[in-house]
Amino acid sequence: MPARPRQASLKRPRDARRVGTPEPALPGAFLAWFKQRGWTPREHQLALLKQVEARKSTLLIAPTGAGKTLAGFLPSLIALSRGRRSPGRRAGIHTLYVSPLKALAVDVARNLLVPVAEMGLPIRIETRSGDTSAARKARQKVRPPDILLTTPEQLTLLLSYSEAGDFFSDLDTVVLDELHALAPTKRGDLLALDLARLSSLSPGHVRLGLSATVARPRELCAYLTPQHTNDSTQLADLLVARGGADHDIRILETEEPLPWAGHSARYAVPEIYAAIKANKLSLIFVNTRSQAELLFQELWRVNEGALPIALHHGSLDAARRRKVEAAMAAGTLRAVVATSTLDLGVDWGDVDLVINVGAPKGASRLIQRVGRANHRLDEASRAVLVPSNRFEVLECRAAIEAAAEGAHDTQYPRRGALDVLAQHVWGMACAGPFAPADLYREARSALPYADLTRKQFDRVVDFVSTGGYALRAYDRYARLRPASDGRLRLSHPKLARQYRMNAGTIVEAPMIKIRLVGRRTSKKPGVVRPLVGGRVLGELEEYFVEQLKPGDAFVFAGEVLRFEGLQDTEAFVTRTDAPDPTVPSYEGGKFPLSTHLAQRVREMIARPTRWGSLPDPVREWLHIQTERSEIPSAREVLVETFPRGMKHFLVVYPFEGRLAHQTLGMLLTRRLDRAGANPVGFVANDYALAVWGAGPIADLIATKRLDVGDLFAEDMLGDDLDAWLAESSLMKRTFRVNAVISGLIERRHPGAAKSGRQVTISSDLIYDVLRKHDPGHILLEAAWADAATGLLDVSRLGTFLSRIKGNIRYVALENVSPLAVPVLLEIGQELVHGGGVAEHMLREAAEDLIRDAMLSGGMHVGTEA
Amino acid sequence: MLELKPERFHLVSETGSQVVALCGRQLVADSSGTLYWPGEQTLLVADLHLEKGSAAAQRGSLLPPYDTRQTLMRLAEVIDRYEPARVIALGDSLHDTGAAERIAPQDLEVLRVLQEGREWIWVTGNHDPKVDRRFGGVARGDCEVGGLVLRHIPTQGAATHEIAGHMHPAARLSMYGYSIRRPCFVANGRRLIMPAFGAFAGGLNVLDEAFGRLFGDGGIAVWMLGQEGLYPVATRFLGRD
Repeated sequence: MPARPRQASLKRPRDARRVGTPEPALPGAFLAWFKQRGWTPREHQLALLKQVEARKSTLLIAPTGAGKTLAGFLPSLIALSRGRRSPGRRAGIHTLYVSPLKALAVDVARNLLVPVAEMGLPIRIETRSGDTSAARKARQKVRPPDILLTTPEQLTLLLSYSEAGDFFSDLDTVVLDELHALAPTKRGDLLALDLARLSSLSPGHVRLGLSATVARPRELCAYLTPQHTNDSTQLADLLVARGGADHDIRILETEEPLPWAGHSARYAVPEIYAAIKANKLSLIFVNTRSQAELLFQELWRVNEGALPIALHHGSLDAARRRKVEAAMAAGTLRAVVATSTLDLGVDWGDVDLVINVGAPKGASRLIQRVGRANHRLDEASRAVLVPSNRFEVLECRAAIEAAAEGAHDTQYPRRGALDVLAQHVWGMACAGPFAPADLYREARSALPYADLTRKQFDRVVDFVSTGGYALRAYDRYARLRPASDGRLRLSHPKLARQYRMNAGTIVEAPMIKIRLVGRRTSKKPGVVRPLVGGRVLGELEEYFVEQLKPGDAFVFAGEVLRFEGLQDTEAFVTRTDAPDPTVPSYEGGKFPLSTHLAQRVREMIARPTRWGSLPDPVREWLHIQTERSEIPSAREVLVETFPRGMKHFLVVYPFEGRLAHQTLGMLLTRRLDRAGANPVGFVANDYALAVWGAGPIADLIATKRLDVGDLFAEDMLGDDLDAWLAESSLMKRTFRVNAVISGLIERRHPGAAKSGRQVTISSDLIYDVLRKHDPGHILLEAAWADAATGLLDVSRLGTFLSRIKGNIRYVALENVSPLAVPVLLEIGQELVHGGGVAEHMLREAAEDLIRDAMLSGGMHVGTEA
Repeated sequence: MLELKPERFHLVSETGSQVVALCGRQLVADSSGTLYWPGEQTLLVADLHLEKGSAAAQRGSLLPPYDTRQTLMRLAEVIDRYEPARVIALGDSLHDTGAAERIAPQDLEVLRVLQEGREWIWVTGNHDPKVDRRFGGVARGDCEVGGLVLRHIPTQGAATHEIAGHMHPAARLSMYGYSIRRPCFVANGRRLIMPAFGAFAGGLNVLDEAFGRLFGDGGIAVWMLGQEGLYPVATRFLGRD
């Protein structure tokens, strides 16, 4: 799909029907309104109108700035301007709009009120979100608005009430915004099940999906429409809007030497600042919150003109973010450093330059970010990419080529998650008694669950009812009980309350509020005065805060802060001018390199004829690699061994992203251990993986005691993986999410006392017990499915292992190769993984204590002297 | 940077257990979370919380029903290793009084086998003021063995010659960007508090003021439970939750 479709039907999925050019069909009032604004209705806006008149669900793909949202609402506004169909009785809602972002729903509602007010239409438009007051929510149920704008989570809650039938009985149109962002996630699974329920409540409604350009629109067309069982895939119509501006993307040119490793892009700060000065409003995207904090600090260090430069990321307090957004809209800012929080949704102000710092990670993400600049169709979106190291130069170049070709990362079709289905089953039981056969049929009409077997469905129902354990211990505590007609009903109304407290699929890591406090000056010297509470700056993950000791300095919310201590659920911090802050190294937001870009990078490296477009240092780096080691072809994987220091290194370059590399590292170290190579640690980045050990790895290979092919044989995904999973903290983290979504454990609600830990049961303990005694449990199955595509990325690793079979280029070197330098430099920067990290920590701490004891002349550890 | 340092392993030899002195008695703290007293051939274990899973299920949270089995299997391993003449469970052995009705017959059978040929004492706790007869053994309040008092709830304020449970001590250790939280023994040479043994038992941080009230300012010694060993860890390494 080209980035700039010239026609409304350039390329379409094979099975999707073509949509012809429609006749203009706007009522006079609307034509007049368009005219008064100096607009003419766009072709796709009219086409979508015709689609709704023909009651055909449709996916609209349109570039940002093409009037996509108005297109989605125009049919409803026109229908509603003619009056509701049944004025006599109290009507339910007419149009439901679902957006992935609360802020987007609010913003769209505000924009929608303009034409409604200017044309004087009798249409009630309301939003519903977590922030909506209980009174207003209650009123909405009694007197539903014509158009309701909300989020998937609120829709889930609405559907769990018995009144949902009345509320949605008149539903005419459902508009799903940013569908490309929602559909391939667990939120998308739940939304699909909710849509299936809406089809039962209001069978005739039409669905409109609004999406940015995607590689496979067919997936979204299928998502939009109910699937029939035992039949071919049903597809909604596809409408591709013409237009979309050119991209003008370049790599930052700089005189500074390109760093070998790291992600700070500190070398380019003067050039970034110069770019800010030369433009009206620059949007600077980075990949992680810590990079955002660091870059923000660096920019202010060189900000001699005191330009208004702001910071925006997901951990900052909501009020602070709203302020930055308002300032952008008002045009009072010159630059905003942001993470993916500004990728989607609302347009704030006239951005004329996008600067992407660090690797783009995916072609689609880059195009979406670049599209944030210049939301006018006739002008090119300007963007500058700032690679922070040599490999990222290759990645930036590959992303620019992909953007020029209009190529996108492929989203693979997903199988609906079982924990989400469990939540849905419980929610539907809250709405009223259900017949399992009916609910099964309904669930299968949702695309992610189209292949769900009745057996699996029954296991999920059993899980909701009794926990689904092989040991049938809980039949007497069943949450669902059969009524006389065979339908299942909740066994106690309190279970509905419990459900509503825990609904939704977004499970955040536990967060701790960061509160800026002051210290009263003490009158008496040496007396520490109590801290005085101040404002909340934002939130950070609990695990990050847990690592801090009082006195540690770190950068957050654009300031250097000193950690003072924990008070209940809040971290108290004071301002400090400590010279050497530790920047938060929170893990969140590190996207792995997309498969599509990885392929392009491999091809670029494999073909020296294409190195001409690369900067001199990068070209030189690759040339030296050909002299000192080798350059693999695009289908090969390069494996190098070399001694360095007292250690023996093995470096492999799969280009499969950090997550898959970490899993590979865990498995490789197990194998090398068995081969006698005594591996002691490894480090992984998006491109490569380095393992080192005390044993002579190269000798073992040379003397055929170790076979490189065997080392990467696919069977490593069997027993080794299984053994490692037992201890893996990544697996436990995944399981916790499954346990919360499925309703096995409750969310930790803010304010829950810490001392409660004595009585609460952690999901880690549950995981251990379940794994040992009920390894076939449905929740372990769900956790495994998630880990395979999520934190462990086993599916990608599996594809890699089968791709490189017989295609391993192995070189034994005397010295480190140029290509290996970046990953080796990450040792000491990144977490280095060993087998049982926890055990080593304990051992080291114990050694330390013993060393102290020996120095002080005794071994009286905790004993009475 | 984190690496194995095999050449330094010998410093922490025999990490599976550690000798702890309490008022002149030599006790062996085991990485399983139990305490063996060779002089008395007695094994101490605290806070088994049997049937905690089913207690949660009764209230609507369907946690796995395997915690009792898991707890007893781990206990059986330790008993096989030390072959004690006497086992004393320091209270909260049963999560609630209803545990007797909910426990699976096969789990009761395992318990009966463990009790064969040895003295078995259930010290009562706040969760199990009464111990049903079908659990076997002898139930009693505080219990004095070899000059030490064994009880569930530790005496408030400074105390000596005492081993107790109830508190579920746990410690947090942060290094290299990782943070782990494990059950632990905590002692000061005069009194000792045992970690909770039950599979679903949570933990209270030893830096919580509740421990300060028991140990005062004189300092504490902490032994954290690992997979492969029991590790003495200096309090300066420990963090709060």
